[in-house]
Amino acid sequence: MNRPGLLQDVLQLTSEHFVLVLISMAIAVAIGIPTGILLTRRPSLRTGVLGFANVMQTVPSLALFGFLIPIPLIGGIGKRTAIVALVLYALLPILRNTLVGILGVEPAVRESAIAMGMTGRQLLWQVELPLASRTILAGVRVATVTTIGTATIAAAIGGGGLGVFIFRGIASVDTTQILAGAVPAALLALISDGGIGWIEKRFSAV
Amino acid sequence: MGGSGVAVRRESVDGSLMAASPGATVEFRGVSFRIGGNLILDDLSFTIDAGETLVLLGRSGSGKTTALKMVNGLTFPTTGAVLVDGQPTTTWDLIQLRRGIGYVIQEVGLFPHFTISANVGLVPRLLEWTPERITARTKELLEQVGLDPVQFMDRKPRELSGGQRQRVGVARALAADPRLLLFDEPFGALDPVTRVELQNQFLALRKTVQTTSIFVTHDVREALRLGTRIALLDRGKLEILATPQEFLKSRTPQTRAFLDVLEL
Repeated sequence: MNRPGLLQDVLQLTSEHFVLVLISMAIAVAIGIPTGILLTRRPSLRTGVLGFANVMQTVPSLALFGFLIPIPLIGGIGKRTAIVALVLYALLPILRNTLVGILGVEPAVRESAIAMGMTGRQLLWQVELPLASRTILAGVRVATVTTIGTATIAAAIGGGGLGVFIFRGIASVDTTQILAGAVPAALLALISDGGIGWIEKRFSAV
Repeated sequence: MGGSGVAVRRESVDGSLMAASPGATVEFRGVSFRIGGNLILDDLSFTIDAGETLVLLGRSGSGKTTALKMVNGLTFPTTGAVLVDGQPTTTWDLIQLRRGIGYVIQEVGLFPHFTISANVGLVPRLLEWTPERITARTKELLEQVGLDPVQFMDRKPRELSGGQRQRVGVARALAADPRLLLFDEPFGALDPVTRVELQNQFLALRKTVQTTSIFVTHDVREALRLGTRIALLDRGKLEILATPQEFLKSRTPQTRAFLDVLEL
């Protein structure tokens, strides 16, 4: 084992891991929040969409990565497949919290907004989203922390990131390598959790 | 309807402000409302004149709130029509209609993330008044409902008592000089002393603002104090439509039931 190069590897794989999570979360948020808003407007779609997101979350993560490999366009070996799987995993908490957050706005407040002549868009942007922002951010926070952990498995299908250390360490029964992957991943999760938690408090509307 | 809210104002002799535009008229024409198999409103027909305060009196479940919500298009008749200024609500541009109607409800429904001044100035803001005009109007209104603007403008609703919140609710409804005001048991959740205070404020307001008002309540005392006419609803039917004096003399079983309350 080449100890002198270890630190450099840690930094490189940590940043790779971080970018993997960042891209996945950006896509999950971009899909999850608008879909969540849509579900507040179309109750008939709720069961189907939430059911799909629920099922995605119950599939064991290693199996999900495996399932995706043979699928054309989104599948194969590498980062793209990893990102698809991570997005599917992150969707449920974001989707659910957007829905719950908006539906949790006091009925009297919503009724007042409508009765005062707000358009649908004004109701969403000035009332519903600000009042739901805390709940939505809480969903993003849960999804981010989970994704940082799950992303270590992405290394199994060539997605890179800190999982490379962990898998290599398991294969060679080398605790140092396992820790070199696990400790930065845990720190990344803690920092993200704290950071988004801080934003949640700062931007909470009420 | 005064959608733009640009009412010309003049000072009356006693110094109070008078809106130059009179209130709107409202007509219920054969209005019925049905949910599933239940008939909530049964063939209601009556007219509300400009500037009057019509009280919709009735027990819980009599359909009075449903009737009120038909005026600003929060719900629509199954059959019949509700006409505001002669035009059915189904043909109104609802956004325009609602911006010209003040709405006060028991739960108040202030926006918890807005300051008091942002709450009061909401409809003027939707109507794109200038910020200076909105600020001036907000201050004027808070004074009118008995709240010190300096002390209250920058607070959030949660920092206020129930009575103060409902004063803000009334100020918010008046903000853009609406020609029609709707009240849905606005003072129902307040303690009796505050309730009488706010009723007095409402009566004082009626002298300065020539707005048409529709006021829903189950409290016969409140109905007699505030209404120019009282419409008693019983299980969706109009039982009687009378002035407070006539109402006191009426002897139908339903009016008796309400008047008996006064003798307690």
